[in-house]
Amino acid sequence: MNVIEVNALEKIYNDSEVKVFALNGVDMTIEEGEFTAIVGPSGSGKTTFLNMLGGLDQPTSGQISIGGTDISKLSSSQLIDFRLRNIGFVFQAYNLIPVLTAKENVEFIMHLQNRPKEERENRTMSLLKAVGLEGRENSRPNKLSGGQQQRVAVARALASKPKFVLADEPTANLDSKSTENLLEIMEELNIKENITFVFSTHDQRVVNKARRVITLEDGKIISDVRKDILPQ
Amino acid sequence: MCTNIKLAWRNIWRNRRRTLITVASIFFGVLLSAYMTSMQEGSYSKMVDIVVKFYSGYMQVHHEDYWENKSINNSFDYDQALIDKLKSHPEVDFVIPRLESFGLASAEELTRGAAIFGIVPDVENQLTGIAAKIISGKYLQPTDDGVVIGDGLARFLKLQIKDTLVIITQGYHGVSSAGKFPVRGIIKHVSPELNKSIIYMELKTCQYFLGADNKLTSLVVNVDDNDVMTSTLKKLKKEIQSPYSVMSWEEMQPEIVQQIESDRAGGIIMKAILYIVIAFGILGTIMMMIAERRREFGVMISIGMQKKKLAAVLFIETLLIGLLGIASGIAVSLPLLFFQAQNPIPLTGETAKLMEDFGFEPYMFFSTAPEVFWQQAISIFIISVLIGIYPIISTLKIKAIKALHG
Repeated sequence: MNVIEVNALEKIYNDSEVKVFALNGVDMTIEEGEFTAIVGPSGSGKTTFLNMLGGLDQPTSGQISIGGTDISKLSSSQLIDFRLRNIGFVFQAYNLIPVLTAKENVEFIMHLQNRPKEERENRTMSLLKAVGLEGRENSRPNKLSGGQQQRVAVARALASKPKFVLADEPTANLDSKSTENLLEIMEELNIKENITFVFSTHDQRVVNKARRVITLEDGKIISDVRKDILPQ
Repeated sequence: MCTNIKLAWRNIWRNRRRTLITVASIFFGVLLSAYMTSMQEGSYSKMVDIVVKFYSGYMQVHHEDYWENKSINNSFDYDQALIDKLKSHPEVDFVIPRLESFGLASAEELTRGAAIFGIVPDVENQLTGIAAKIISGKYLQPTDDGVVIGDGLARFLKLQIKDTLVIITQGYHGVSSAGKFPVRGIIKHVSPELNKSIIYMELKTCQYFLGADNKLTSLVVNVDDNDVMTSTLKKLKKEIQSPYSVMSWEEMQPEIVQQIESDRAGGIIMKAILYIVIAFGILGTIMMMIAERRREFGVMISIGMQKKKLAAVLFIETLLIGLLGIASGIAVSLPLLFFQAQNPIPLTGETAKLMEDFGFEPYMFFSTAPEVFWQQAISIFIISVLIGIYPIISTLKIKAIKALHG
């Protein structure tokens, strides 16, 4: 089943007299349970593409459908609500809410969804356990290492039971051990719970783990490679 | 809502020092403003006290023509039924009959215009406490045929106790009145004007002297305070009809009301300046908080927080800063002003003399009326609410994508 469908997607920046095609006729689909990396050199349109998939930016033309909903037709407020219920975000700089503890950061999303307290607490604890942060749930972000913060961010992204998780260069600020650790956690979640992950990355380690690699250049998909073998 | 408040509370303490400085600016604003208001209101109530307690009382009943033409001819007959009617109101403490006129007071070759007050000594003393202001001699007794005079008048006429005061005046319906009265006592009246001119005389003696048997020019109606007066006055004005009229001290002394109002307006301008400075302080803090956290707002909106919810959190943060300032300001000003009200600040030197010349006790008085405190609280609260509009507008305008990328 397709989670994401993108048709003839274009994003043109025309701040100057010369039009710049950030995305130029992108077509693609992502199925449920995929573990996809979007790669490409700087300026290739990776971040723009991810912003479009996340409903954070509007395309100039074309269509993005997530779980059957054409998100380009949603109002700003509807988009926010759509993101809350369908998309999990992991950012490069972790971007946890600094005044909330690890547990509260994860629970926050479910608060926004008005989930009952018991459900919130159970899911939060199971997610923190899944990302290996059991025992650190009451620590604030400034008391956690970069790797730990990013693992909280992954737990937060999964808290809302999204259709897929968008991760924008999630390992860019991590050391190799933390990167490996994080990738293992995400891979495990992908395999065991069939969660769909879409990364934009420069990191070869992420590319190696991905089972599908889409390469963008000058706003176009120049290659789309699927690795058929699942890791053991 | 609970989560919003928790989030807002933690957010304001992210930059502890900045929040404390902002709260401190509100705290000092509330404290200064409450202190200033307390001092102003304290002096006004003292001023009103002097007018009310040493002269007019809270209300007076006259003949309807008397206030326009203060002639003894516009007096009215002592009427026990009228007094009983006034006393039938539980708010009315007491009713004091008076016969007031003017005359020439003489001794030897000296003469001065004087205000003659015919009073019932015991009853009058209830309001004005003049017996306690006697500085020489004694206070009037019932059926006394002597007089008590102001210290200034006594000094001018070079009179002492047991000396004779001569009064010449026109009595009721043009009758010529002249009489000799032994000086029983000399008082130091708080009003410098009255101190130079007042003559107290027992009511019956005064009525006989002025040929105005059983006549009164006023009935002083006293109540507890100004608030009680306002409600009682309404009732009495309805009830007491022609040929009488009921007047409040504010109607009888409009210049005092005007003086208080203009001084109060000056105070409002001072407080407005103070609050504007505080408002900009709070606004500066809120603007900094928003600028610093723009990226975080972008994240929150990206992950699914509606802008209006985010705006609510920021609005609560603004209110919390305001409320902390209000609470700390009131918490300190409350005991401080209660202490000052019990222990007014004595004035010395020229200021004290000036105050005494104007008939005031040489003290800085303080009021602890509820409005001294709630006015400051309401003002800061309104300022906080108005400033809270800024983060609401800012938040509603945020574009998540721009905020995320700084």
